[in-house]
Amino acid sequence: MAYSDKVIDHYSNPRNVGTLDKSKNNVGTGLVGAPECGDVMRLQIEVDENQVITDAKFKTFGCGSAIASSSLATEWLKGKTVDEALAIDNMDIVEELALPPVKIHCSVLAEDAIKTAINDYRIKNGLPALELPKSHH
Amino acid sequence: MLTLPIYLDNNATTPLDPRVLEAMMPYMTNMFGNAASRNHPFGWQAEEAVDYAREQIAALINCSPKEIIFTSGATESDNLAIKGVFEMYASKGNHIITVTTEHKAVLDTCKHIEKLGGKVTYLPVNAEGLIDLKQLEEAITDKTILISVMFGNNEVGVIQPIREISAIAKKNGILFFTDATQAVGKIPVDVEADGIDLMAFSAHKMYGPKGVGALYVRRKNPRVKVTAQMDGGGHERGMRSGTLNVPGIVGLGKAAEIAKQDMESDTKRIIAMRDRLEKELLTLEESYVNGSTEHRLPHVSNISFKYVEGEGLMMGVKDLAVSSGSACTSASLEPSYVLKALGLSDDLAHSSLRFGLSRFTTDEEVDYAIDHVKEAVTKLRELSPLWEMFKEGIDLDTIEWAEH
Repeated sequence: MAYSDKVIDHYSNPRNVGTLDKSKNNVGTGLVGAPECGDVMRLQIEVDENQVITDAKFKTFGCGSAIASSSLATEWLKGKTVDEALAIDNMDIVEELALPPVKIHCSVLAEDAIKTAINDYRIKNGLPALELPKSHH
Repeated sequence: MLTLPIYLDNNATTPLDPRVLEAMMPYMTNMFGNAASRNHPFGWQAEEAVDYAREQIAALINCSPKEIIFTSGATESDNLAIKGVFEMYASKGNHIITVTTEHKAVLDTCKHIEKLGGKVTYLPVNAEGLIDLKQLEEAITDKTILISVMFGNNEVGVIQPIREISAIAKKNGILFFTDATQAVGKIPVDVEADGIDLMAFSAHKMYGPKGVGALYVRRKNPRVKVTAQMDGGGHERGMRSGTLNVPGIVGLGKAAEIAKQDMESDTKRIIAMRDRLEKELLTLEESYVNGSTEHRLPHVSNISFKYVEGEGLMMGVKDLAVSSGSACTSASLEPSYVLKALGLSDDLAHSSLRFGLSRFTTDEEVDYAIDHVKEAVTKLRELSPLWEMFKEGIDLDTIEWAEH
C-alpha cells in the first residue's frame, strides 16, 4: 500500500513521543484500542489553570497510519483549550494525512484517544464525564 | 554492491534462474509448436521438449515421467487432486481429512467439497505446527477416500511427518495427497520412499516461471486416477485438457534439473544464512520463532517481535521485501490463520515477519536485513505503549481493552 508523504513523515519523525506523569491531577490519559486488533494508542494531555493544553504526548502500537494519526493529534492539541480539543474530528485527520478508506479506523481511534484523555482529566478535576459517542466501528 | 530493496519473500515467489530462462527462450521464439501437433516438425520439437521436461522432473521426485500431469500451477493441481479424487472415488466414500494450516487452495477446495455434500475433517496442529498422528488415525472412517497434508508449510516452514502419514493412509487403503509447493526443489522429495499418491507443486517457487506447475499422479501400487476438471482435447492422459504451455514446462523441467544438481550446496549455504539471521534477530528481547525449528524447510524463518505491530514493522523495514502475519489492510484486521492455528495470540500473530531466503540471497543482504530489522524493532518499541507497560512489569492480560 502506498502511504502519503505526510504519513511517512510522521512515521519517520514522530512528534511528541513520550509519557507524562499520569498521577498528576492536570494530566489526562487516554488508552484506546486493543493489542489483538493490532492498534493501541495512548495519548496524554497536560492542562494549565486556563484550560489550555500545554503539552501532549503519545505512544502507539500500530500501523504507520495509526502512528501518524496520533502524532498529528498531539501536534494539534498543543495550545488548544480543552473545549477546542473536543471539536477535533477524525475526518480532519483523514483529510490532513490523506488516509485511504481502509485506514479510517486509525483516525477514529485517535479521536477516541483525545476524548478519553479529556474525560480522564475532567473526572480527575471533579467535572462530570462527557458522554462519548460510541466509536464508529 | 547492495541493491535495495532486498528480496526476502521467496515463499511467495522466487526469481527466475537465468539458466532456466535460457532454456525457455527458444520455445518462446522459433520453436513455438503445439506439442499435440503430430503432423510436422514444429509439433515434434515441442513434444520432445515436453517429454524431456517430464524426465527432468521425474528424476527430481523419483517417479516415472508418465506420472506427471502439467497444470497452470499448484492451485490448479490442488483443485484437480482433491476434486478429481472426490469425483473419481465417489463410490468408495466421501470423506477427506486435511489440516487447518493448509494453503487456501486446499482449504477452500475442501470447503467446496463440503458444499457438494462431502465430509471434511480439519486436523489441528500443535504449537510446533505439527499434526498428531493419533488424531489422524482416529479421524479415519470407512468413508475416508483421501488424506491431504502439505509437505512444508508456506508461512512457518514446518515439515509434516510425511512418511508416517503415508504409512497410515496405506494401511487403511486411503489415497495420500500432499501439496509440496514449498518443498519440491528445496528438500529431497521422493514419492516412492515418502509413499505419496498425488503431489502438487509449482515452477515459480523453485526458480522457474510463473503459470506452470504439475500434479504427480501415481500409476502403480495403487493406480490412481482423477476426474478431469476441465473438458477439452484430453491432454495429459485425459486428466487435464488444454494446449501445453511448452516454454513454461521446459522452464519447470530445467528448474527441476538445477534443483537436483544444486540442492545440497544451495541448502547448506541457505541454512547457514537463515540460522545467522535468526540467531541475530533473537538477540532482541521478546522475539520468538514460530513453528518447529527441528522439522523445518531450510529457507524459512518466521519470527514474532512482541509489542511491535506487524504492519508498522513492515513500514519500518521498507528496504526489505518480507511478509507479515498481520493482514491489517482490511477493516477486519485478521491475523494469519496459520499462526493462530499454532496457538499464537492475535497480538503475537500481528507482530510477526516471515523471511524467505533463496539461492540468490547473499551474506551481505542478510547482514543488512539483520541491522535493518533490529533498528526498526527498537525504534517501534520506543513508540509502543505496550512495550512501556511490559517494561514496567504490567501484565497486559489484566488490562481491560476497549474493544473496537
